[in-house]
Amino acid sequence: MSEPVTTVATPIRVEYQYTAGLAQSRFLKGIAEGRFLGQRCPACHKVYVPPRGSCPTDGVATTDEVQLANTGTVTTYCVVNVPFQGQSIEIPYICAQILLDGANLAFMGLIQELPADQVRMGMRVEAVWVDKDQLGLTMASVKYFRPIDEPDAPYESFEEYL
Amino acid sequence: MADSDVLRAPHVLEYPYSRSVGPVIGAFLTGLRDGRILGARGDEGAVIVPPTEYDPVSGRDVGDLVEVGPGGVVTTWAWAPTPRADQPLDKPCAWALVLLDGAATAMLHVVDAGSPEAMRSGMRVTPRFRPATERQGHIRDIECFVPERGAS
Repeated sequence: MSEPVTTVATPIRVEYQYTAGLAQSRFLKGIAEGRFLGQRCPACHKVYVPPRGSCPTDGVATTDEVQLANTGTVTTYCVVNVPFQGQSIEIPYICAQILLDGANLAFMGLIQELPADQVRMGMRVEAVWVDKDQLGLTMASVKYFRPIDEPDAPYESFEEYL
Repeated sequence: MADSDVLRAPHVLEYPYSRSVGPVIGAFLTGLRDGRILGARGDEGAVIVPPTEYDPVSGRDVGDLVEVGPGGVVTTWAWAPTPRADQPLDKPCAWALVLLDGAATAMLHVVDAGSPEAMRSGMRVTPRFRPATERQGHIRDIECFVPERGAS
C-alpha cells in the first residue's frame, strides 16, 4: 500500500430501457418458440430477418410475416483469434453472416462443431437451439449454427447478400 | 397488434475505464489514501486544492505539495434531497464547495448535515475519512464532510 497512486478507476455506466418495437418483438417471440420469423416487403417482396418493421429500399411497412427455414448459407465469415475482455467462447471461433433459406438479409451467427480453418463461403448450416425448456426471448436461444451434409451453395446464389 | 405486445428490457452499457492520474493528482490521491489532503503551491504562493499540474493563471508548473485542512469552511452549497445511485452518500445531503484551511481554492464534496436547515455558507466542516484499510487512493477516500463539532 506504500506505492504511489498512478491510476484511478473511472467506470462509466448508462442504464437504458430498450424497446424492441413491434417487428422485433414478433421476431423474439418466434425465437422463444424455436423458429425464425421474418417479414416480407409488399413492394419488392424481399424477406427481412430479423425484421425492423419496414423495407429500407421501398420505405413501406413490412406487414406479411414469414416463417424461415432452420437452415441457411454462410455468406461470409470471420475467424476470431484475438482474446478480449468478456469473451465467452474459446478462440479460435467462427463468426459468420448467415442467410437463412427464404430470407433476403443475412445476420450474424456463431459456427461450431467445425474446426475454424474449415469454414467456407457458401457452406450450408443449420441452427442448433437450446433445450425447449430453456428457450426465451433472446438470441441466446440459438446456441450456434453447425454444418449440414449438403453441397456448398454456388457463389451466385448469395453474392447479392455480401 | 396492441402496444402491450411490444417487448421492453433493461439494457446496461458499462465501460470499465481506468485513468492515469499523473504525478500531481497522483500525489493528491496518495495523500487521501494516507488520510491527508494535499494542495499545490501556485506562482503567487496560493495553495490550489485539489492540486492542478499547472498554475491556472500563469500556466507554469506548480511547486511543492503542502498539506491543508483537514477542516474548512463551506463557501456555497446545494441540497440534494434524492441522491442518485453512485453518489457518495445514499441519503439526502449537501453538495458543497469547501475552502480548506490553508487553501486558496475550494473543493467539491458532500456534507452530511442531516437537513438543509443545518447548512449555511460559512459553516465549519471537517472530513470524515474511510477507515485506512478501505482507502484506495480515490476522492471517495473522504466519505463526506461533516459539521465541525463545537463550531458555530
